[in-house]
Amino acid sequence: MKRFLYELGESWKIAAAQMRSNLTRSTLTALGVIIGIIAVTLMGTAVNGISIGFDKSMAVLGDDVLYVTQWPWKPVDDWWNYRDRKKIKTEYAETLNRMIAATPNSNLVVAVPTSNFMRSIKYGGNQVNNVFVLGTTSDFIITSTIDCTAGRFFNELESRGGANVVVIGYDVADALFPSENPIDKSVLINGQLFKVIGVNTRQGTFLGLFSWDSMVAMPLGAFNKYFSAKTESDVRVKVKDKTRLADAKDELTGLMRRVRGLPPEKKDDFSINEQQAFKSTLDPMKNSIAIAGLFITGLSLFVGAIGIMNITFVSVKERTKEIGTRKALGARRRTILLQFLIESTALCLLGGFVGLAFAYLMCFGIGKAVPSFPIHFSLGLVLISMIVSILTGLFSGFAPAWTASRLDPVTALRYE
Amino acid sequence: METRNSIRPPGPVVIDIENITKEYVMGEEVVRALRGVSLQIRRNEYLAIMGPSGSGKSTLMNMLGCLDTPTSGRYEFNGKNVAEMDDDELAAVRNREIGFVFQTFNLLPRSTSLRNVELPLIYAGINPDRRVERAAQVLADVGLGDRIHHKPNELSGGQRQRVAIARALVNGPSIILADEPTGNLDSKTGEEIMELVENLYQHGNTIILVTHERDIAAHARRTVHLRDGLIEMDHVGFIPELDLPVAR
Ligand SMILES: Nc1ncnc2c1ncn2[C@@H]1O[C@H](COP(=O)(O)OP(=O)(O)O)[C@@H](O)[C@H]1O
Ligand SMILES: [Mg+2]
Repeated sequence: MKRFLYELGESWKIAAAQMRSNLTRSTLTALGVIIGIIAVTLMGTAVNGISIGFDKSMAVLGDDVLYVTQWPWKPVDDWWNYRDRKKIKTEYAETLNRMIAATPNSNLVVAVPTSNFMRSIKYGGNQVNNVFVLGTTSDFIITSTIDCTAGRFFNELESRGGANVVVIGYDVADALFPSENPIDKSVLINGQLFKVIGVNTRQGTFLGLFSWDSMVAMPLGAFNKYFSAKTESDVRVKVKDKTRLADAKDELTGLMRRVRGLPPEKKDDFSINEQQAFKSTLDPMKNSIAIAGLFITGLSLFVGAIGIMNITFVSVKERTKEIGTRKALGARRRTILLQFLIESTALCLLGGFVGLAFAYLMCFGIGKAVPSFPIHFSLGLVLISMIVSILTGLFSGFAPAWTASRLDPVTALRYE
Repeated sequence: METRNSIRPPGPVVIDIENITKEYVMGEEVVRALRGVSLQIRRNEYLAIMGPSGSGKSTLMNMLGCLDTPTSGRYEFNGKNVAEMDDDELAAVRNREIGFVFQTFNLLPRSTSLRNVELPLIYAGINPDRRVERAAQVLADVGLGDRIHHKPNELSGGQRQRVAIARALVNGPSIILADEPTGNLDSKTGEEIMELVENLYQHGNTIILVTHERDIAAHARRTVHLRDGLIEMDHVGFIPELDLPVAR
């Protein structure tokens, strides 16, 4: 064991000396690994970023909220069965809330109606198109993680009265009010003036998935007054205990069947969804992106590894006589194996370090230049990159090191 | 040189080979480098193996040094059958029992004298402090106390061979095997190296020397003549009339 440690120490010294004396060659070979590690790490940060952005977008939906909709949140083959379902009406929310209040020990907290429409929104000379306009009640904040960075969400009074007030998303505020405080300013939506009473905290967008940042929320009363009835509506219901989501779902299904007045023999003519359903649809997609990306960038690392393997073979060839000498002095096979494995690993590790440093700088740069780009550097990634570097070194060094360790001492000594 | 004729009493048998053959297969052709060699070498002997180029001297030497295995025949080193040793055991024997000195020195070019001499100690698992201490001591013993931090290219040929000798000595081996140790040196430097070897002999080392030069072989106390893979003659001392100059 002690001897192993000494031999290990010796191998590191040899590896360092070897790199120093073949500086150009080592640098060029390490370059392959550097590029490989940069590619893999950047892809890793992107995958990481996608995953985080994805989860963040999912968090918007809330993991303790059930959504009553016409269409289920999953691809369906028999779409015709859903097409003719009755629309979800915003009035259901009130009915549901009465039912919830009448149910002892209900697992549901509150039902909130939402209607939405795409509209453009104007203030002064500035205009934002395709803004997601949401009509809802003041209870909305109970069901969502939404927060205001300035001002507030509309209150119950404004909600019931259908006041012309809006809470606007961060990006909307940014575009309409580049240099002004938006609070108490009036914006124009569909020819109507609305007073801005709140601005949402920035959430960040992600691959076009829904984000509060490009949304505008107003009391449902106001929404219904000014926008045509052909809007999409659904009802979201907050659950008391998210560990008992299935029970809550059953309860809500029962309530909805009563609302719709369905006899027992009829099937549900509505869908109840939760975040998880969405996730399980999108997760495979997310995973395929990750696998494909890492595979492709992994190829560049593989090319780097081949370079290291090649150079280690050259090194073994050049130092055949040295290997013979070492064997004559008592080096065992595993000593020689270790020495060359460490040489290739040291080279890869060095390449890994440099590659990682570059990747970090690049991430930093990209993050500064394009803040919305999904990229995320983490300590875990650093560790994984280092492990990948070491594995690459071991992988690429093995064949040459094995050859070296198997050399016949006499043949090696006679080699010129 | 008055010590030249003093023979130290031989000790127990270190090397015992019987009817050793070695064949190299080169495609169609079979080269018979050794064709049945028997030899006993005792501790405290100073033996020269002579013979013309290609006579099998180096092959025999590699065999004795456990670097190579015979095609047939028996070899016992310190009473142990070499044929039964596995690779690691052979490496251990080379590390602890045998000190090699090569014609071309075979120093690691980018390592200092000290690091070169340390190498067998590393393979023996000696701890770093004792390693440095011991290596420096042996380097001082061969007269290189002031050259321990020099690299081979900063040393003369004679000094390089001294480093190599120090490296061969550092683990206190049973025998020193030197294959044409003066082959790459001028005659004056060669003579200095031979004085060092003589000194080692006087201090209790067992020495086997391969050479085709009479002047060098003349230092040994016993001479074995090889020709075409066979022992032609094996006699005590160096007899000028017998040990004729050999063609290179
Ligand atoms: N590895 C080898 N492969 C093939 N032939 C060899 C090998 N080693 C030695 N020989 C042959 O064996 C014979 C003896 O070689 P060697 O022992 O080196 O002679 P010497 O050292 O006496 O000059 C020579 O003919 C040489 O060519
Ligand atoms: Mg020879």
